[in-house]
Amino acid sequence: MVTLTINGTKVQAEEGSTILEVARFYGIDIPTLCYHDELTPYGACRLCMVEIDDGRRTRLVASCLYPVKEGIKVKTNTERVVKKRKLILELLLARCPNSKTLQDLASEMGLEQVRFKMENEDCILCGLCVRMCAEQMGSGAIGFVGRGQKREVVTPFRVASEICRNCGACMYICPVVELQCRGVKSPGEICNSCLVFTPRCLEKYGQVMCTLDSCGACVEKEEK
Amino acid sequence: MKKIRTSQELKALRNSLLQRRDPNKPCVRVCLGTGCRARGSADVVEAFTNEIKKQDLEIQVDCKQTGCHGFCERGPVVVIRPKEIFYQRVKPHDVPEIVSKTLLNGEVVDSLLYTDPASGQKVLYEYEVPFYKKQARLVLANNGRIDPTNIFDYIAIGGYQALAKAITTMSCEEVIDTVEKSGLRGLGGGGFPTGRKWRLCRKAPGDVKFVIGNGDEGDPGAFSDRSLMEANPHSILEGMIIGAYAIGANQGYLYVRAEYPLALKHLQIAIDQAREYGFLGNNIFNSGFNLDIKINRGGGAFVCGESSALVASIESKMGEPRAKYIHTVERGLWNKPTNINNVKTWASVPLIINNGADWYAKIGTEKSKGTAIFSLVGKVNNTGLVEVPMGTPLKDIIYDIGGGILEGKKFKAVQTGGPSGGCIPEELLDLPVDFERLTEAGSMMGSGGMIVMDEDTCMVDVARYFLDFLQYESCGKCVPCREGIKRMLEIITDITAGRGKEEVLEILQELAEMVKDFSLCGLGQTAPNTVLSTLRYFRDEYNAHVRDKKCPAGICKDLIEYFILEDKCIGCGACLKLCSQKAIQGDPNKLHIIDHAKCIRCGICRDACPYEAIMVK
Repeated sequence: MVTLTINGTKVQAEEGSTILEVARFYGIDIPTLCYHDELTPYGACRLCMVEIDDGRRTRLVASCLYPVKEGIKVKTNTERVVKKRKLILELLLARCPNSKTLQDLASEMGLEQVRFKMENEDCILCGLCVRMCAEQMGSGAIGFVGRGQKREVVTPFRVASEICRNCGACMYICPVVELQCRGVKSPGEICNSCLVFTPRCLEKYGQVMCTLDSCGACVEKEEK
Repeated sequence: MKKIRTSQELKALRNSLLQRRDPNKPCVRVCLGTGCRARGSADVVEAFTNEIKKQDLEIQVDCKQTGCHGFCERGPVVVIRPKEIFYQRVKPHDVPEIVSKTLLNGEVVDSLLYTDPASGQKVLYEYEVPFYKKQARLVLANNGRIDPTNIFDYIAIGGYQALAKAITTMSCEEVIDTVEKSGLRGLGGGGFPTGRKWRLCRKAPGDVKFVIGNGDEGDPGAFSDRSLMEANPHSILEGMIIGAYAIGANQGYLYVRAEYPLALKHLQIAIDQAREYGFLGNNIFNSGFNLDIKINRGGGAFVCGESSALVASIESKMGEPRAKYIHTVERGLWNKPTNINNVKTWASVPLIINNGADWYAKIGTEKSKGTAIFSLVGKVNNTGLVEVPMGTPLKDIIYDIGGGILEGKKFKAVQTGGPSGGCIPEELLDLPVDFERLTEAGSMMGSGGMIVMDEDTCMVDVARYFLDFLQYESCGKCVPCREGIKRMLEIITDITAGRGKEEVLEILQELAEMVKDFSLCGLGQTAPNTVLSTLRYFRDEYNAHVRDKKCPAGICKDLIEYFILEDKCIGCGACLKLCSQKAIQGDPNKLHIIDHAKCIRCGICRDACPYEAIMVK
């Protein structure tokens, strides 16, 4: 066991675990997009960056990958970190403006506007589907091709994969494509509706529908 | 060939080589480095060989094909031993004269000598050329002296003696101690203390360990690794073998980019020769230590020069970095302890073993020891490869060695460390170059690119150029680098096109800082250096672009206009004939006028005007 400090609180953790695992265990939330409990951490979305002080210097590390060490002081929500996290999210929203996951995260983090030119991509290249397919489904039917701006997730040679079993795990784990936010009316807008809405569907269906798929009905009704 | 098993055998071989070689025998050394080769030095070699044969001088005269001498600006370079007479820009038709005059009669061919532009005097000997005079060549010292494809040349200058000394007389710990005490730091740009890295790797648990030589030099304008690999491959191998012995590794890899075919060829020849003589293979110097080295060709990705991406590439995975919270010295190639050093660092090791740690530690500054190697390019008179002690002021490199700015123009900035380095302005020209000082100034040592820019350079455009390169070379794994560089480029392109508003500079700064702090690997973390340093030192130029919509240097096409000066134009029509857009009108011998609506600002008219009557505003 190692002892470390997270946001001023002394905590104990098992050796070999990551800062993110420890923080979440103690109920401290660190936002992530490319992380999943059951998959190898990848460290690509950089939302989980935290500030650590190991006695020699303060630096920023990806909490999903950084193994806890004796005596380190972790701060998960300093100004330096939070501001830059917001900028990352802004960049991702400029890429995929209608992702509900991203819109919700933006609302939670208090992001108000996207200042960049809007694109209309679906994928944020978090690599969850690639790892899911390879690690949990034992298939490896999809992977990354290309570099930089040309990077994308495809099957080898872009032909229908023979080893893909159509299990749908990639779709299940995708944080952005599955749920589309329908509340956004103009480019650059942060929708916010889901966080403040009164679930009207509750009266009609006996349950909140938009945990499955955001129907957008609430937003439209409020506008009328 | 019998393998060499003891240091006595090595010494005996060297002595017999030296006995067979007469140091006073005239020898033509022709540079066959990349720069000279491009200027036709292969033809010069052929001409020498033919001429020597024709005059029946094969016994009296040697002709040697060496690697890069460094003074690429003046290539093809020929140096004639024993006096070290230095001829520059030699053409095949000069060869008969050199042979009959210099080689046979010891006379000098005046027209081929180098003229020092500062004094106007002709320089006779290589060591007196100002470009070389101020340098301290350690790693590159033998580049121009040996034939890289001949192991005898390397052994004759004392090669593999450091290896013999290390393996037969020193323990692994002693080797590491020596390297640590010398203060050698990673010359690939990171500057991590080499001795400490070796020690960590040696201490890391595991039987199987690897050493890797990083020769994946991808920076535009940098060619120091290339020159070393092409000109003195055995020095790299010797360093790697010593390192592997100290660390306890039995397999080495050399990762070299595929764009360097000559380096690959020479390294392969060197490896085969080293194997033949027993410097590689089993039971090296009867010590029971085994090592083999393999060459891995890079596939052309800039990011694969980053150590973890390089490791992934050798493992046949996609060349992308991983977070290095667990260092490669603990878990690197195939998850085994791996020690990666740049080829220049490896080549420094034999020097340290031969001359001792104290000798090396005396060179350089307090924290940065040894020499720094720069590929001096851009708007300087003497472009080429420069090796100076750490702590040499930038000014000395650019003015004393580089010979100042081309065409007597004014210096504006120098970028060190390749595309991810920062631009250093004139005020900081006295800055001594070492790892710390360059980082403080917002730049870095990097792989040793040094690009000099004159007053005609637009710093915003420079930042745009390098961002464009980095955007293309980003692996795309992490968001800050992939999306951040793209957006920075978008903003800067807008600025150079005159579409930028004042507030975008704030967004640019914010983005650059975020990319620096949040990126996964060194490529991303240093990518915004050009933007940050130009914003810091050349804010005025950014302001001129966004506020006044003007490009002070006259580079950004959307912000400039070409004018014909009334008092200078004589109406010769030179510009009018060349204008592809027919944007210039005017009768012969009368003032010409440019139609701005038609002008595409290509600048051909300005270059064509013999009276300097066309100017940019």
